Amino acid sequence: MKVTLQHLTKKFPSRSKRDLREVVAVNDFCFEIPDGKLIGLLGPSGCGKSTTLNLLSGLQEPTSGKIFFGEDDVTNLPPEHRGVGLVFQNYALYPHLTVLQNIRFPLENRKGKDKLTKEQMNEKALEAAKLVQIEGLLERKPSELSGGQQQRVAIARALVKMPRILLLDEPLSNLDARLRLQTREEIRRIQRSTGITTVFVTHDQEEAMSISDLIVVMKEGVVQQIGKPQEVYDNPVNLFVAKFLGTPPINVFSARIEGEKLYIGENAVLSLPGMADREVVAAVRPEGFVPREDGELLCQMDRVEVMGRDISVVCRNEAFQGEVIRAIVGSEHLEHTHRDTIRFHLKEGKLFLFDVDDGSRIRF
Amino acid sequence: MDKQNRKGWLYLLPALIFLGLFLVYPLVDVMIYSAEEGFNFASQTHRGVGLGNFSYVLRDPYFLQAVKNTFILVIITVPVSTGLALLISLGLSSIRKLRELYQTVYFLPYVTNTLAVGLVFMILFKKTPYTDGLANLVLSWFGAGPVDFIDGPYWAKMLVLCVYTVWIVSPFKILILTSALASVNPLYYSAARIDGTPKWRVFTRITLPMISPTVFYLVITGFIGAFKAYSDAVALFGVDLNAAGMNTIVGYVYDMLYGDSGGYPSYASAAAMILFAIVLTITCINLLVSRKHVHYS
Repeated sequence: MKVTLQHLTKKFPSRSKRDLREVVAVNDFCFEIPDGKLIGLLGPSGCGKSTTLNLLSGLQEPTSGKIFFGEDDVTNLPPEHRGVGLVFQNYALYPHLTVLQNIRFPLENRKGKDKLTKEQMNEKALEAAKLVQIEGLLERKPSELSGGQQQRVAIARALVKMPRILLLDEPLSNLDARLRLQTREEIRRIQRSTGITTVFVTHDQEEAMSISDLIVVMKEGVVQQIGKPQEVYDNPVNLFVAKFLGTPPINVFSARIEGEKLYIGENAVLSLPGMADREVVAAVRPEGFVPREDGELLCQMDRVEVMGRDISVVCRNEAFQGEVIRAIVGSEHLEHTHRDTIRFHLKEGKLFLFDVDDGSRIRF
Repeated sequence: MDKQNRKGWLYLLPALIFLGLFLVYPLVDVMIYSAEEGFNFASQTHRGVGLGNFSYVLRDPYFLQAVKNTFILVIITVPVSTGLALLISLGLSSIRKLRELYQTVYFLPYVTNTLAVGLVFMILFKKTPYTDGLANLVLSWFGAGPVDFIDGPYWAKMLVLCVYTVWIVSPFKILILTSALASVNPLYYSAARIDGTPKWRVFTRITLPMISPTVFYLVITGFIGAFKAYSDAVALFGVDLNAAGMNTIVGYVYDMLYGDSGGYPSYASAAAMILFAIVLTITCINLLVSRKHVHYS
């Protein structure tokens, strides 16, 4: 099912009499979600991603704009008629019902010609349970399950009614690190095998990048960039997106263009033919640093963190905005780190320039 | 006994003394009284030990009337007041405007003196030579004849007592249920909405199970409270409840001790023991029933 968002806007009235500004949670969101894809809505908390999800589910109504599922305008349709499956952040499993009863719950609501017999309901519930591999836990209560198992039950409950689209609100945030890795593969697998268009919300960029077909980066209600994870990572449209994606985060320097050359501090690191003189912000991905004897950028060594395959070189530079620079380099470069200073060559594709004032990308 | 242990008992001593003096001793005393046959209050002596007091009480028509009255009161008022309180608190939690005003209004009877309320009910229901009372006025609109609710037929008096009791006990239940409803995580309702759950099903399958521990608590305390009813009857019908035929078990116990026919602590104790047995039985039945229907999280 294709999902189209047209100029979707949600404003909340001011919270108190002292602060009369209304809050714009989602601002003019236009997007067409292709059929059968997994979309990651990504942004820091308060960026409007959960509101967008609530607008899609129908739990909240947009202030303006329209939502289409396929060709149907669902903007004013209440949630129960939209045919969406929603997995809540803390799963919202009914604690007094068993796993089977929880999964069966949406089916029991059907009336009229859609009404199912108990056998049919159990069959469908079992099918959904098998899909998420919890068929052995059907008689348990949610409190007797681990976080990961509860998560699967919640997904099964959302899937059992064959929703037109599946929505996941921070699906992994309540799981421990190992389970998170495993569950995100699981979500990917389930999404692939059902082919249901899926939107999930997360503040964890790694999570979004690893399983999404497309990611939507949001900030303060405004969509910043939409694209395939790798494309967005390699080609951020502004400083916010560049900073938000990637671990360790991108390294940001105060820099300037002078005489068609890019200077970080006193070091001319790149020649930029045809560019006018100006102050800029230069950002370098951690993997964009190559230690070299004749490297252009001089930094003071702080320490080295060994991670096995790679090493993380922690160093300092006066022009750096922040505490320390983190460069990820191959472990064969360990010898370069034994002195007080280290010189880097910067890979061109890993270096981005941004406007000092509004953070927009400066192409070169 | 090591030092640590002795210290612990020392700290518990004040509480133990008070509990023993004012709770355990009277309890044991009541049991002893109830078994002492032919107790003479003046000489503080008794003839023998046995179940004679019980057999006297159980044959006393006043006691049987009191038991009948109490049971009718319990069976009617506990379900009605709990159900009514549930309805009202559901209503309260679904409105936003004027909610606090209504909450206050519904809570007022709880902080009002029982006897004052009784007086108001008398004025509403009593038939005097000058006026038939407000209740009869309403009845007359429907063509029903005037009924003396305070000194008239048994069912009329029982009706007033039940209405009065429900009116008195509901506010506390509303208060408790409103907060129980507020503590249900709204996410469950969102989840149910997404799945297209009809309102009635949301109530029976989600809300009710989630607040079932509170409902159960109210039912148990409601039963116990209704079995101990006394002041309500006094407020409406005066102190001579036997004459009005509206006595309760606790009223009977009081009459046996201090009433005009009083001075019989043995009979009073026997009646109290019977009340205790009834309440214990009902509470046990409640607990058994609750195992299946109450969900603790």
